[in-house]
Amino acid sequence: MKSNQKPNLGGYFPRDRVRHPDAYTPWYKTSVVRSPTKALISMNNTLSEITGPVFGHSMLGDLDNDLMLNYAGAGESAIGQRIIVHGRVLDETGRGVPDCLIEVWQANAGGRYRHAKESYVAALDPNFGGCGRCITDEDGNYSFRTIKPGAYPWPNGPNDWRPAHIHFSLFGHAFAQRLITQMYFEGDPMIPYCPIIRTISDQDAVQDLIAPLDMANTIPMDARAYKFDIVLRGRRSTMFENRMEGN
Amino acid sequence: MVQKLNLLKESASQTAGPYVHIGCVPNFCGIEGVYPEDLGASMLSEKTQGERIKITGKVIDGTGTPLKDVMLEIWQADHNGLYPAANEHRGEADPNFTGWGRCPGDYVSGEYTFNTIKPGIVPFFDGRPMAPHITFWIVARGINVGLHTRMYFPEEEAANAADPILTRLEHQVRVPTLIGKKTGEGEYSFDIVLQGENETVFFDI
Repeated sequence: MKSNQKPNLGGYFPRDRVRHPDAYTPWYKTSVVRSPTKALISMNNTLSEITGPVFGHSMLGDLDNDLMLNYAGAGESAIGQRIIVHGRVLDETGRGVPDCLIEVWQANAGGRYRHAKESYVAALDPNFGGCGRCITDEDGNYSFRTIKPGAYPWPNGPNDWRPAHIHFSLFGHAFAQRLITQMYFEGDPMIPYCPIIRTISDQDAVQDLIAPLDMANTIPMDARAYKFDIVLRGRRSTMFENRMEGN
Repeated sequence: MVQKLNLLKESASQTAGPYVHIGCVPNFCGIEGVYPEDLGASMLSEKTQGERIKITGKVIDGTGTPLKDVMLEIWQADHNGLYPAANEHRGEADPNFTGWGRCPGDYVSGEYTFNTIKPGIVPFFDGRPMAPHITFWIVARGINVGLHTRMYFPEEEAANAADPILTRLEHQVRVPTLIGKKTGEGEYSFDIVLQGENETVFFDI
């Protein structure tokens, strides 16, 4: 380390709350009694926010990122349209985020989740659990193999349906970067009707959650590819961080 | 014309939904055999240094009803105030402590439990000590962006009174929402209230 370099204690770029959904979005009914009504209290990042847990690649099993096979019986595989979902995790400065734990979950091809509280009549697939995880490589790349999830109805309005989607949970390098979001599929006609997508008022932000079909990476005679990049908060990298003068 | 900053924008958050368990704690919801155990279920081993504590609580909505589909994560320093993180540069944290825990609310009662240790003191960015605290992150159906808060310790009256975060809150009447209640030796309860009279302070970090 050069003499004028110090450990990077820079805080993360403030979250753009206009781009994120509001807490209170009454057309998504559950938000009504679960949304804080007082303003969030802003604070500069401290060590408690710029640090985060470490997950080693060694914890991963061979099939953790293969939802088609990781719950299937021997010689079996999940039913549905075979797809690859891949992309990069970047930060707001455009750098890849390595060693980022990504956890995903989704409904099966018929739109049914494997969950005790799920009541949709669509059939369970005995060979599909619906969870997967991976850790990004040194450039921030990741990929999953799965089946395309189905759309499904849910109790909100009298006739609300979720478009096909995959839930993503991401850890960056700091607890300040922690994020849960959802990926949608290019061309899905259900997207404009979804009350949960409509919690986001910024249409650019909505488009950034829709994965395009990626024919270049589609595997012939096997699986179509969708590319989904995710952006986590960037971090200040100037040497002059906010601290007591003279320290 | 000027140079372009070329910054990207953080992906927008979406709710974790009612089935967050499938992805984050699959064994808890009966999807067994994919992962050997749920991440964050255990933060400790017998070798972990520090005072064992147990924190229980509920996340409560605006009608007073506990959320039964909530998931909480905590992040905290070890007993010396060091974080078990890749970018902890002040020293080496206890290798037998993960610092990170994850717990879903009980399906029936909504209650969560963390078995951990009491954290040490971590400096604020200007070097002043922060009182011992644990960061909480709460996601659930109906929560569009995960909520950050902190739990402080009721027996740390002097440290809490000097804490740089607690002292800067304009509405000091809200400070008690950030302090756990001692319910026994090494046992605390910490309820998180999403709305209403005793709404917990949430941070934009």
